[in-house]
Amino acid sequence: MKRASFLEHVGWTGTGIVFTAGALGTFATGASAMAAGTLSFVQISDSHIGFDKPANGDVAATLERAVDAVNALPMQPAFVIHTGDISHLSKPAEFDTAKQILGKLKAPLMTIPGEHDMIDRGASYTSAFSKASPAGHWYAWDQGGVHFIALLNVASEEMGKLGAEQLAWLKNDLASRSANTPIVVFAHVPLFALYPQWGWTTDDGAQAIAMLARFNAVTVLNGHIHQVVEHREGNIRFMTADSTAYPQPKAGEAAAPGPLKVPPDHLLATLGYRTVQYTGAPGPRITDAPLG
Amino acid sequence: MVAALLAVPLIAAGPAPATVHIRNYAFVPVTLTVKAGTTVRFVNDDSDVHTATADDQSWDSGGLDTGNDFTHTFAKPGRVAYRCSLHPMMKATIVVTK
Repeated sequence: MKRASFLEHVGWTGTGIVFTAGALGTFATGASAMAAGTLSFVQISDSHIGFDKPANGDVAATLERAVDAVNALPMQPAFVIHTGDISHLSKPAEFDTAKQILGKLKAPLMTIPGEHDMIDRGASYTSAFSKASPAGHWYAWDQGGVHFIALLNVASEEMGKLGAEQLAWLKNDLASRSANTPIVVFAHVPLFALYPQWGWTTDDGAQAIAMLARFNAVTVLNGHIHQVVEHREGNIRFMTADSTAYPQPKAGEAAAPGPLKVPPDHLLATLGYRTVQYTGAPGPRITDAPLG
Repeated sequence: MVAALLAVPLIAAGPAPATVHIRNYAFVPVTLTVKAGTTVRFVNDDSDVHTATADDQSWDSGGLDTGNDFTHTFAKPGRVAYRCSLHPMMKATIVVTK
């Protein structure tokens, strides 16, 4: 589904990832950035370019720091995925800045939007990161023996939901796959009910989780809450990610979520990026690295 | 003297303006009752971005950063449900009376 838009979407970096149409409308890749039998990728999230409050006066600099750190990794990842809230207010200038910084990545970039990228219903995000495609899209591909699924749970009409159309697509995507296929799912908002009082949940996420339950090694990677929280349900491992912009309070430890001001010399320790590495075991090794 | 008369505002005496504040991820007051024709101002006093968006999508403030505001005039009587499109747990209602 939406194949053309996806090809455009990954195309702008100009790097060498090559997608070919595979079964069920998903993609197999000929990219060979990794040695046989291993695969690593990087997740960065919640950069909020355009944010200018005391919690971080220079979010472009901290995103750049993350990009520099990823570029300095001894083995370059197969790809870097930004799991949303690239911008703060969905403004074209914010996406331009983000694109310039993320364009310095050596590895191919993939993105999914966060709700802050959808304030204008995705128009500016789409124009910056996925030319000529609808704002709301989800996609899947196969790479290095892993099946990757990028979900959308931040559509402006359905914030915090996947919706019936996407759930039907997911069911179809998973239907013929062996339970031994390692699966990685990306979505901006946590799929499980992490803290619904603050909107840290996907209303119909349980339906997606039920479809994933039969697989032996599922990893679900989210952003949105600006901190690392791990959760397990059966063979499904959920990990939320740090932001590159500012931390948020732990669930329930403040009157409301939102930017958390920490002492300036402590900020970089609260920000980070994540490396995910498959080395032969069914589940990946996940390493969260602070920016300082 | 004519000038003095003209200085009197010519605007028809409409309903008093009303304001909803956004604080700590909530609309305050959560239910606001106004007369038809009232213009309601939505002010974001919070540290994060919010929107005021009709559930039926008929009006939308767009992203309101800290200190930004948005106004909308409620012409017809009825109950108008709205929320923040970024934080769907922020739900509120404008009750428009005749």
